[in-house]
Parts: sequence; C-alpha cells; structure tokens
Amino acid sequence: MPRSMRDLLLEGGHVLDPATARDEVADVLLRDGKVEAIGRNLGHPDGAERLDCRGAYVAPGFIDVHCHLREPGREDVETIATGARAAAAGGFTAICAMPNTEPVTDNQAAVGFIIRQASRVSAARVHPIGAISVGQKGESLAEFGEMVAAGAVAVSDDGRPVVSAHLMRTALEYAQTFGIPVIDHCEELTLAHGGSMNEGIVSARLGLKGIPAEAEEIMVIRDILLARRTGGHVHLAHMSTKGSVELIRWGKDRGINVTAEVTPHHLTLTETAVEGYRTAAKMNPPLRTAEDVEVLQEALKDGTIDLVATDHAPHHYDAKDREFADAPFGIVGLETALALVVTELVDSGMIDFKTLVDRMSTRPARLFGLPGGTLANGSIGDVTVFDPTFAWQVDPATFLSKGRNTPYTGKALRGRARYTVVGGAVVHRADGPRSR
Amino acid sequence: MTSALGKDLLDLESLTPDQIRLVLDTAVPFKEISERAIKKVPALRGQTIVNLFFEASTRTRISFEFAEKRLSADTVSVASSGSSVSKGETLVDTARNLEAMRIDMVVIRHGASGAAAFLADRIESNVINAGDGTHEHPTQGLLDLLTLRDHFGSLEGLRVCIVGDVLHSRVARSNIWGLKKMGAEVAVCGPKSLLPHAIADFGVTVFPRVEEAIEWAQALNILRLQLERMTSGYIPSLREYNRVFGVTRERLERAKHDVLIMHPGPMNRGVEIDSDVADGPHSVILNQVTNGVAVRMAVLYLLAGGKPELAEAAKGMSGGDR
Repeated sequence: MPRSMRDLLLEGGHVLDPATARDEVADVLLRDGKVEAIGRNLGHPDGAERLDCRGAYVAPGFIDVHCHLREPGREDVETIATGARAAAAGGFTAICAMPNTEPVTDNQAAVGFIIRQASRVSAARVHPIGAISVGQKGESLAEFGEMVAAGAVAVSDDGRPVVSAHLMRTALEYAQTFGIPVIDHCEELTLAHGGSMNEGIVSARLGLKGIPAEAEEIMVIRDILLARRTGGHVHLAHMSTKGSVELIRWGKDRGINVTAEVTPHHLTLTETAVEGYRTAAKMNPPLRTAEDVEVLQEALKDGTIDLVATDHAPHHYDAKDREFADAPFGIVGLETALALVVTELVDSGMIDFKTLVDRMSTRPARLFGLPGGTLANGSIGDVTVFDPTFAWQVDPATFLSKGRNTPYTGKALRGRARYTVVGGAVVHRADGPRSR
Repeated sequence: MTSALGKDLLDLESLTPDQIRLVLDTAVPFKEISERAIKKVPALRGQTIVNLFFEASTRTRISFEFAEKRLSADTVSVASSGSSVSKGETLVDTARNLEAMRIDMVVIRHGASGAAAFLADRIESNVINAGDGTHEHPTQGLLDLLTLRDHFGSLEGLRVCIVGDVLHSRVARSNIWGLKKMGAEVAVCGPKSLLPHAIADFGVTVFPRVEEAIEWAQALNILRLQLERMTSGYIPSLREYNRVFGVTRERLERAKHDVLIMHPGPMNRGVEIDSDVADGPHSVILNQVTNGVAVRMAVLYLLAGGKPELAEAAKGMSGGDR
C-alpha cells in the first residue's frame, strides 16, 4: 500500500455494519488503507477524495469464500486478474480461490503463485484455498501448514468430495493446528454417478440421469459426525437441499462446529430452469425443487446457513454449447450475486439489508478468519457501497469475467455495487471505465 | 412454412391430441403404398433428407430410409463410424455443416437426451427425433399408437401396460405421453430399480408384479432389457428377470382375457419375452414394423408442409420418375 495514498471520504451513505451494530447515515473516512473515522461531520480532510454515497448503503466489503479462477491451467476461461476484477465489479472486496486448477493448488509454491498474480491487479483481494489432498486425489494430506504460511485461508478438494471418511477425519484433526476450516463438496459419488440434474419429475421427463438429494445429504451428515468426533471446523459448500438444512440444524443444535454456504442460484432457481436442456442452468449440486429453495432461503435468514457464496465457475462457451449430459457443471456468479440476493431475498421481504451484509461480509470474514467484515475503527479499509434500488438487466456481454455462462441472461434485477473499495483504494466505480 | 406439426418432431410430450390424431390418420392412406408393386409416390420430390445415426440402429434407420424413398426424397444416411463425428466433431459443428448444405430435413438418432432439440434449435431444417438418449422416440410412440388403434378401433379408455426398463427407455416415455393424450389408461410394470423415481408423477399406475399387469391390461408393450443393466447393478441376472418379469405363455394363459403383445424390438427372446409369446397369435410385433414405415411417411409428409387432406390424393399420384 503506497504511503502517499489519498484519504477517501465516503459521504452521506447509509452505513450498515452488523459487527459494530451501526445502522445510520454517516460519513466514513479511510486513511492509510484503514477505517479512520465514522460520523456525521467529518469535515473535509485536506486532499481527501470524496465519493458521493447518498442513496446507497455503505457496508464492510463483501467476501466470496467460494470461486473458481481457473488460473493456473485454463487462462483461456478465466484468470486471477479477470476473476478479481469481476469480483470487484460485483461488489466483492475479497474472494477465496478454490484449488482445483491445473496443476492443483496443493503446496506452498502454488499458493504463493496465486497471491503473486493477485497482487499485480488492482481489484478484489484473492485468498487462496489449498487442497486437502495431494493432487485432490483423495489419498494423502497436502501440507496444510506450509500452505497456510504462504497465505492459504482454508483447505478443500472442491469440485470433488473427500471420498474417504478417514481422510476427512484426519483433515479435520490436522487443520485445527492452523485454525482453518475444512471445506467439503458433499457428493456421494456412487449415487450421483452419471447424473446431470436433480432427480425428480423433470429429470424423468427429460430422460436425464438424476442426482438425488441423498447424494448430498449422506455426505453432509458424515461430515457433521466427523466434526463432532474431531472438534474440527467443517464448512459445507453450496448446500442445495432441504434435508441438508435439517441436518446442519441438527448439528448446530448440538454445538458441533459446522458452518455452511448457499449460492445465489440455489436460492433463486429450481430444476425447471434446465427445461429445454439448457446447459446454462447445469450445475453441481444441481438446482432442486421449489420446496428446497424456500427452505434454503429460510435457513439463510435464520442463520442455519451462514453465508452466501457464489461458486463462480466460468466455462468456455464451446464447452457449454453441447449435449446436456456432456456439458460441464457450473455458472458464473460474481457479477450477479449481490443483485440476485437484493432482488429475490430482500425485495421479497425474506431478509433485510442488515442480514444481507451479515451473510455476505460479516460472517464470511469471521468464519474464515479473514481481514474485513467490519467497519470498526482501525479495521481494514475494505468497503462495498451499493445502490439497493438500481435497476438493470443481466447481459453477459458486459461481464468482466471471461465466463458468460449464466442462466440469468435477460433477467431484470435491482441492486449493484456503486463503489468497491479495497484497502482504502477504489477498485470499481459503477459509472467509471470498465477496464479488462 | 409451418406445418400442422410445427417445424420439428422432437417428442410426443408437446404434441396435442389433434396433432397425434392427424399423424395417425395421415398414415392410413400411406400404408397402402407399401403394398403396391411400385412403392413410390412423388410427394417429397426434390427434398433432401439426411439420416444422422450417432447410435447403432437397424430397424429405425431402414424404416426411415424406406419411408423417405417411397416419398421420392433424396436421402443420405450417415452412421457415426463413417463420419467426422468419430473424429471428434461437435454436434454444433455438425449442425452448422448441415445448415450450410441446405438440407431440408434431418432425422437424428443420438445417445444424448436432448440432442434432437439441440439440433432443432440451431438449424432451419425440419428435425425428426429418431430416438435421443433416454428421452423420447416419438415415431416409435406413434407407430405403437397406430398399431393399437388398428387392433382396438380406438385408444380411448384402452388399458395399456408398459413392461420393463422404463427408467432407460425413450420408447416408454413416448408411449406414456402419446397414450395418455389419446385417452388411454397407462400402467407400467418392472423392478423398481428400473422405474424412474418420480414415475407416479407421470399419472400412470405402477404394477410391481407382471401377473397383476397382465390381469389388468388389454395390451402389453414389452421393452427390450439392455444387457448392460445387469453389469451396472440394476438387476441381479437376466435369468431372474425372466423368472420374475418375463412375459411367458403360462402367465398369459392365466389371464381371463386375451392380451395384445407389442415389442419395439430388437427382442431378447427368453429374457423379457418368451418366443412362443413373441410368435404367438396375439403378437402384433411385425404389424408395428409395417406401421413404422407408414407413420414415418406421414410425419415426413406433414413436416414438409403436406396437406393432410391431400394425403389420399398423394397416394394416387403416379410414382417413380417422370
């Protein structure tokens, strides 16, 4: 951070910071990359850049704990730079990069590479997630200690589950030395084998092999029981079923160290989105039923599910433009997440803006031990300023991500990031030039 | 020009009862053409049709080819082993190349559910689904309906049970939609491991035992059991399948009434159906094959914009080259 950086004054916005219980119109002054002061009359500090935040919420920066940046290996699909810029455009000040790259991020050098690449771009912070097992092969533990020392904030074999219960158990035990969560992609592979969408009437009609809810739930309860046995922190990625919510609630009621995330798409779409064999709506876990969506929304509201994460998964358009069963899983999410939560959860009355900030900033920071997540004096100057009512329509051609694979093309949404501020520097302005 | 069936025939789920009736009615005059010495009318003269078979098929491919030739279309058949498909060309590129060659119609058989719809979305030509994955096989469904209607006079209230591997069967799905739309009562019977989990949502009755199905049904449509279902763990053995679910003469004789026997082929004699049932007096399995050509002629004719009321006249036109 250059010492000569200008002060930044965020003027007249509605400051919403669950961590400090602040919920009022106030100015925020950032100095030397940190929160210097919050109040009504901060005056006009000499030389400060002033940002008009009237009509917007000023929140601790949003953090996405689950995205795929494809670098190294598939830079044609996404790079750390394009992913971090897309994140900033979506209002995220920090993102966590999953390790299922080519090669896998399973050692300290690979973790260091991600941090180095991210440092070259003025955009969202990128926190690497290391692999649980060497090569994500599910056999032997990767070197958690060295990866954490190099900057990894969690471990996961995401993209595939940890098949061996023994390996999952040892990962949960070993990770405790370093105080990091172990993230699992819950999928019982023999049940899910060959499936490409939710198992139900739609899959039966379309003649597509289904993935039953139990393929997720069996692993959810296994992981919860192993967390109980070990005392380790298990974080369950992209929860998609009502049954998973019930199992997580069961675990939390017993004080087991389990946390969970849900994606914007599992909160807003059902299996019917794949009608017509739309590969843009093919993801894993698959979109489920309206009842699952309703339960997931309620679980996010009551905190059973802790946070929203995008599972941003860019793919080349060729890869998606093919037979449904052969197309890859995943959609991009960084640039639609905020507006989807605003439009489908806040505007519908399911949650309020304070809860949105809590689930997209406060809790991700706290559960993953990341800087940010609060605007308390002296904390890191990561701030998301967002317009809650700005109306726009999803047009993938305008994405900063290289990925265009979204099922929301043409959807009318409300809410967008007006300014994204990282370490006291503005990395995204909604009306500014959109550099690629 | 949009035909009475729309641009494509991809499934029976989206057809109306009137459209299904139209195909069946149009097939009737076309049946007679196949009985002539010169089996050819000029209804599709100048039309080019490609039969794209990405999966092995003998019966369906030959049936389509005869239907096309008897309507005087110019046809090319492509099997996956002899095309650039085996060199790794994507379906979207195949579609673009066909489009560039200004083909009028494409008949596609493909192992992926939705492949016919995928093609239809991307090309102007009419697309006919000749079986896509485990989704639908609409012309098979239509020929089954025609065979049943020939025999019983009407499909309204008819009790038809589909027996076997419904889970993986495109024939089953097309039959269920077609029969229900035409007012028949539909049941399925098979081991639960070979029925879709959500089968009840189709609005069909489920018989766990084949004996009950036979007792209930006026007609059985017996599905081919793919031999790989055993190795992939859906059933323990073909022998046990035959003992529990096989349609045998003994089981049929126990029923108080005659049951019409259908099978989309190819049959595994001694597995899902016993030979003396397949070759028996109540079997209409070969009528299905005959009707297959007529139904496919009707579908080709209608999609090409042929006037249903002129089907009778088309039949009367002189065949062959002029």
